[in-house]
Amino acid sequence: MKPVFMTYTKKDLINLAICMILSVLVIPTFITTEYWYTSILIPWLCLALATIGQQIVMGYTGQLALGAAGFMAAGAFAMFNLILRVPDLGFVGSLIVSGLIAAAFGILFGLPSLKVRGIYLMVATLASQFFIIWMIDKFGWFKNYDSSGIITAQDIVILGKPFTTPLAMYFVCLAVTTVLTLLAMNMARGSTGRNWMAVRDMDIAAESMGVSLLRTKVQAFAISAFYCGVAGALFAFCYLKSLEPVAFDIKLSFKILFMCILGGLGTINGAFIGAAFILLFPVLLNAIGNNVFHGAIDATIISSIEQVIFGGLMIIFMIYEPLGMAKLWENIKQKWKTKIPLSTNLKSSLSKKT
Amino acid sequence: MAIERKFKIGKPILEVKNISLSFGGVKAITDTSFDVLEHEVRAIIGPNGAGKSSMLNCINGIYKPQQGTVSFKGKEIPNITPNLMAQMGLSRTFQNLALFKRMSVLDNILVGRKLHTKTNFLEVAFQLPKVKKEEKINRERSEEIISFLEIEDIKDTPVGKLPYGLQKKVELGRALATDSSVILLDEPMAGMNVEEKRDMCRFILKVNDELGTTMVLIEHDMGVVMDISDRVVVLDYGKVIGDGTPDEVRSNKKVIDAYLGVEH
Repeated sequence: MKPVFMTYTKKDLINLAICMILSVLVIPTFITTEYWYTSILIPWLCLALATIGQQIVMGYTGQLALGAAGFMAAGAFAMFNLILRVPDLGFVGSLIVSGLIAAAFGILFGLPSLKVRGIYLMVATLASQFFIIWMIDKFGWFKNYDSSGIITAQDIVILGKPFTTPLAMYFVCLAVTTVLTLLAMNMARGSTGRNWMAVRDMDIAAESMGVSLLRTKVQAFAISAFYCGVAGALFAFCYLKSLEPVAFDIKLSFKILFMCILGGLGTINGAFIGAAFILLFPVLLNAIGNNVFHGAIDATIISSIEQVIFGGLMIIFMIYEPLGMAKLWENIKQKWKTKIPLSTNLKSSLSKKT
Repeated sequence: MAIERKFKIGKPILEVKNISLSFGGVKAITDTSFDVLEHEVRAIIGPNGAGKSSMLNCINGIYKPQQGTVSFKGKEIPNITPNLMAQMGLSRTFQNLALFKRMSVLDNILVGRKLHTKTNFLEVAFQLPKVKKEEKINRERSEEIISFLEIEDIKDTPVGKLPYGLQKKVELGRALATDSSVILLDEPMAGMNVEEKRDMCRFILKVNDELGTTMVLIEHDMGVVMDISDRVVVLDYGKVIGDGTPDEVRSNKKVIDAYLGVEH
């Protein structure tokens, strides 16, 4: 199929239209319970955005980094301080600037990638996770000298209008995520993404083609941290509605890593699939525990089962489908496509016989 | 060659002077000098372990020789890196294939257009008109190369899934996409059958003939080398033992000894 715009085919535009109709019209009309917005849709969008950040550095550029939650914390606290101290920036302005502040941290902690790779880089990037959290805890200024440890996030106000209901917050997250996802897709499919993937697949050859390893790696880390920073700000302001460094601990980093791997390394839609799976799976297990076994299974056992299944799935995916659920989905679609023309051929040949 | 060449062989474009390279105590190359003239097909031959690939890696900047200099386009290059050489117009292929395995053939070749891509990531993210224009030019050039190499039917296939012979072709395509004035080919015909070899020779000569690209190639197959190259340099144990036209090299006593062995 010929691309309609440079990087989009007609099929992509149809997919985008379907997604937009679903998320803007269908979901708000059919889902009315607050629970779905506050506990599933909003965190899903925020974490999917952070996973896109992780995808850029890990799936596309092939740099094993583990510290997404650290950059999220940087973004969240930058947002809090910007709204507090520079109110003129407005919500959108603060969101962009807090992303940029996270990106600055990304550049700083991405520098080791020039010298170390693989599992060693993972250990080096862990420094960002611990350093950022430590910094926020250590210097009271970041928390505006709040002694309680948990700060309430300010209300979201865009152009003088408050966005405080779950539905309004959902729309804020949706808008930001949609814009950033489209930008990420443009980059991934354009020359920028090709440079990233060239560095991932064969760095020596990439360098011999004129791709600068330094620039490409640092750029990927910066963009990744920007996405994580914005996601962190949304996560704190729309989902948690509070700011505490503990919320951005190493567990969240691992969660994002799992979303990235299960969703499918090197895919943008995989970020959404992975995030949805990891968020919805515990909900599903709980529902099964309550409705099928009527509470006969203890809640702690259910949460343990959840961990076991996640671990098992990670191993299964790593062995059988390293490209994750996005690839699985692709394969299913492919199978359908080959089945449909086959059946029409059969019909036509049958009709000829009779 | 009897036929008049469109691009006449000119002055030296690449000069290697007194290069010595050792890995710890192992001497890979000892005091080697030779030059490559503009628009010629230059072959580097030699038995296994003669230091041919190390030589290319020195020219390309992947290895830094302990002694000696590389001059390109009349300039001596002090801090040589692969990136710098690429920018100056020297491209290469690799012996053990260094393609971007998970990317399609077209994308691989498009990476070769990197130096002709001036837009930054923000412009790409917002798909500004100039990005689209540039991408269009790069895609057209890549498609040209793809049809030149006769690999249209596999252009959307991930390179990792292709057979070896085709991968070698894609690698040549990627080097061509850079529009470099010199291309280094590290064993472009290794592991190919006779027909594939003939194809590859045809492409190398066609590129040299139509675009005037200077080709430096390493090859094991003596027959092939003698047929297609203008001049041949022979390495053995990291030293030059012969340098000249195929006929001169063929009658060189040292070369015959190195290839056929000597009676002691």
